[in-house]
Amino acid sequence: MAAVTMSGAEAGLVSCETCRLLSRPADPSEPGYCPRCGAELVWRRRNSIQYAWAFLVAAAICYIPANVLPVLHTNTVTGSEADTIMSGVIFLYTSGSWPLALVVLVASVMIPLGKLIALAYLLITVQSGSVRSNRDRTRLYRMVEIIGRWSMLDVFVDTFTVALVQLQPLMSVEPGAGVVFFMAVVVLTVIAVQLFDPRLIWDAGRRWEARHV
Amino acid sequence: MSRALALETVACHGCDLLQRIPRLPPGGKARCRRCGETLATRPADPLDRPLALTLAAAVAFVVANSIPLMSLAVVGRSARTTVIGGAYEMWVQGFPGIAVTVAFCVVVAPAVYIAFMLTVLLAARRPPAPHWVAELMRWADVMRPWSMNEVMLLGVLVSLIKIAELATVTPDVGMFALGALIALLPAIMVTFDREEIWKRVEWADGTYDPEVA
Repeated sequence: MAAVTMSGAEAGLVSCETCRLLSRPADPSEPGYCPRCGAELVWRRRNSIQYAWAFLVAAAICYIPANVLPVLHTNTVTGSEADTIMSGVIFLYTSGSWPLALVVLVASVMIPLGKLIALAYLLITVQSGSVRSNRDRTRLYRMVEIIGRWSMLDVFVDTFTVALVQLQPLMSVEPGAGVVFFMAVVVLTVIAVQLFDPRLIWDAGRRWEARHV
Repeated sequence: MSRALALETVACHGCDLLQRIPRLPPGGKARCRRCGETLATRPADPLDRPLALTLAAAVAFVVANSIPLMSLAVVGRSARTTVIGGAYEMWVQGFPGIAVTVAFCVVVAPAVYIAFMLTVLLAARRPPAPHWVAELMRWADVMRPWSMNEVMLLGVLVSLIKIAELATVTPDVGMFALGALIALLPAIMVTFDREEIWKRVEWADGTYDPEVA
């Protein structure tokens, strides 16, 4: 087979994001609905870049209080103690379970930060019309999509620590405001990833790009 | 364009490259030749196997959510928690946003996913499947990234180890059911062929062409 490299959009075909059926809309400016599954058809996810940036910037702002504010308050008979995400990691490390400290460090610090950087990189390269390492950028997008959810880990750790350690008056654990911001970072980046359209990476420099985006 | 042609040709969801999918051997997989995205898979038994796994997942889900995950004992006092009990404690502590998000990610999203998959797989057994199956497929897709049971299990384990410093913690039956659930959910996705379902679904205009299927 000859190496024909034509995108669906260049051929005038729109691919349904739900059921993947290709159809040729009568009016390209308004593709309408998929004849098979009835989902709304779009050439590319709507305002993909702007929406993804909006959620990404919001997540980046929440990232600061998420790391500065305490996520847990531990009350014991001897006093009260506040823990941030980082001090939780240090506690795990010093109490001897370094593999666990590493898991929490990766899930709560490295993955969210890596996700913010990776998404910003994808958005900037798409906006500047880069045509380099498209394949790697697509792979990066898929990685962010798959790994990103794991940063929810700390929210679950805090939830179940709070749920179990309610032994008043001996000892009790209360959630701190940091956990709200931390959860916001995770939720906002998961949404940002879904709003970004990886096909935009490949549209750069193609004939189709000028007409529609 | 004829329906048959539209079904053979796909536009890659990673890069929108048009390509024709060859006939795959059972267990085969087709990847996009430009960006490497998986275009199609052909599981050996695309309806019965995912149905069996979904039924098993439904049982595991009910057990995991109705029996406590773990119990904790310290100087004669004890506490235990279920999945939803964790979320409820967050609500009680004045963090309704966290409670709702946690409940959504570990109870609502997987429940909707399992229920919809079960309905889809049963309805698709006798083609043509009614058109509302398409709607359920779309919602199952929306729920998938938010279903975070595996992240929760790791989170529970981390909190267990953290608390084990202070008290005796015993994993309960719910924990093992949760373990089974997180093995079953990805197994459903691997054994399931979306294309097989779409071939059996009635089109939006109420027509259905057995020739194509």
